[in-house]
Amino acid sequence: MGAVALGRDFQFKVIWQQVCPSGIAGVDALAGGLPQGCLTEIYGPASSGRTSLMLSALAQSTAHENVCALVDTNDAFDPMSAAAAGVRLERLLWVRCGGNAEHALKAADLLAQSGGFGLIAMDLADTPAIHARRISMTSWFRLRRAVEHTPTVLLVVEQQPLAKTCASLTLEMRREKSSWSGAPGCSRLLRGIRVHVDRRKPVPALAASFESRW
Amino acid sequence: MFAAIHGAPGDSEMLLRLAQEFSPNIEQTAADTVALDADGLERIHGLPQQIAAAVARRAVDRGLQASVAIAANLDTAVHAARGFAGVSVIPYGDEAKYLGSLPLTLLCPTPEMRETLERWGIRRFRDLAALPELGLAERLGPEGLRLHKLARGAGDRPLVPVKEPLHFEEEAELDYPLELLEPLMFVLARLLHDLRARLVAHGWAANELRLRLKLENQGEHIRTLRFPVPMLDTKAFLKLLDLDLGAHPPPSPVVKVWLQAEPAKPRAAQTGLFIPLSPEPEKLEITLARLKLLVGAQNVGSPALLDTHRPGAFQMLARPLAPSPVGPMAPLLPLRALRPPRTARVQMAAGQPVHVQSEGVRGHVVASAGPWRTSGDWWTHDPWARDEWDVALSDGALYRIYSEQGRWFVDGSYD
Repeated sequence: MGAVALGRDFQFKVIWQQVCPSGIAGVDALAGGLPQGCLTEIYGPASSGRTSLMLSALAQSTAHENVCALVDTNDAFDPMSAAAAGVRLERLLWVRCGGNAEHALKAADLLAQSGGFGLIAMDLADTPAIHARRISMTSWFRLRRAVEHTPTVLLVVEQQPLAKTCASLTLEMRREKSSWSGAPGCSRLLRGIRVHVDRRKPVPALAASFESRW
Repeated sequence: MFAAIHGAPGDSEMLLRLAQEFSPNIEQTAADTVALDADGLERIHGLPQQIAAAVARRAVDRGLQASVAIAANLDTAVHAARGFAGVSVIPYGDEAKYLGSLPLTLLCPTPEMRETLERWGIRRFRDLAALPELGLAERLGPEGLRLHKLARGAGDRPLVPVKEPLHFEEEAELDYPLELLEPLMFVLARLLHDLRARLVAHGWAANELRLRLKLENQGEHIRTLRFPVPMLDTKAFLKLLDLDLGAHPPPSPVVKVWLQAEPAKPRAAQTGLFIPLSPEPEKLEITLARLKLLVGAQNVGSPALLDTHRPGAFQMLARPLAPSPVGPMAPLLPLRALRPPRTARVQMAAGQPVHVQSEGVRGHVVASAGPWRTSGDWWTHDPWARDEWDVALSDGALYRIYSEQGRWFVDGSYD
């Protein structure tokens, strides 16, 4: 059972029996890890570290020999970045949906119903909010129901929270700052970003931060 | 009870077919001799003499010059068929008496053995059978004992049946052309059921299914399904065929169906509490087939990096490869690719980008790093060379932009 320290005298015990580490200590301290058999939402604007967290979770899961799946709604997955983050690509099933959110939802449903995956990540991060909001609550309930009582982590990456009550863990992400090195000009380098993570669900809200380095 | 048929050396194929008419258990002992298990034939043909006569009649019908023998053991039947013309029935217990007149060459002794026996004056079965067993063993060893046993008609070796090559194919000719997939699935379900039963009976599974459909327009529609592991699940087979035919339907109504399975050793898997999580191969195969139907076969698979420095180079593999020893690392700033890269208009000032505008991307450059000049494959017909920049825009996001041959593109965003 995961446990998170809240101050010096109080310890909040999370309700999830089984969790998977996300690979980022700050996030794991917030929630104990990513809950198995539950839907986890990661949302935030562009360049807020959502993909860093998703790839880190995939790297952790594939490192434990689990087979994982990525439903890539907008074909934004970069295998080079994933390999650099430690994702074992040969244990990853990549489904490219060509910008069709409906196909992505159906693909995620098929994978969840199939069972046997350690982590199913659904990337809606580049789907415009106006389209993403059209996904009905029934669909989210169906997805959550499909992974319930299974050891599968269902991770949804998006710009705004969509699953609402269906999500067991909701993390909001935003970029605190970006790090550059060198003087402006040809010697300058992008070094990474510092990400602030707020746990919105379950209450009470908690916060953490981590660095995603280039 | 065994029967043996001896004919001309050139008739071996016809002898085999003749024997197969009477029994499924047949052994070809030589190019000109076939033995068969005659147990149970008495219910059809009656007494052993009648069985032998039936075989001889069938041989005559086929135009074969053959001699037929029936005996209680296999070797006696073979030697009698080879030694006596016509039909011979050797009663149980009288084998030595009947075989006695046959020449020893029928036993096929080694040249040294034959020379020794000839020097002793042993030329017939009865001469060898009359020798004392102990003395023969002392002088000729185990081979001498074996020949002695055969000469007495006391052989007891079992029949080694000819193994026919396994061929798992079912076919169905339809009464009327089928236009819809659903009724075709009913036909396929029956064929799969029979095919599976035959596979199970032989202890095999299938790692490939080949479906051949004869069409009303005299054409053929052929589909092949290959499985990553040998499978025996009829429901999975049927679902996979359904999905495949849904994606590649026959262009004309179907009038005849052939279904063939490639046999393979069944999968043996050890289960355990601590085995990492992975989907069941049968379920995964169906899920992959459904996903391919949904988003296209080229969009489903495992990514693999290519041995090149070309940005964004990868390939999709249909099947996972062997595990590589890469483990989790510290969080790295990944790129979210834009495929294809979006053309952009970039304003430059003092060699630095100051404003970027593209589809869905627009803003002043707050911070930038670059240019990073990369190139490669200049020795091929498809070279590349580009200047990359990392830029932070006023819209709050970090992008990678690049210029190639004077044109600007947004490659993706860092997230």
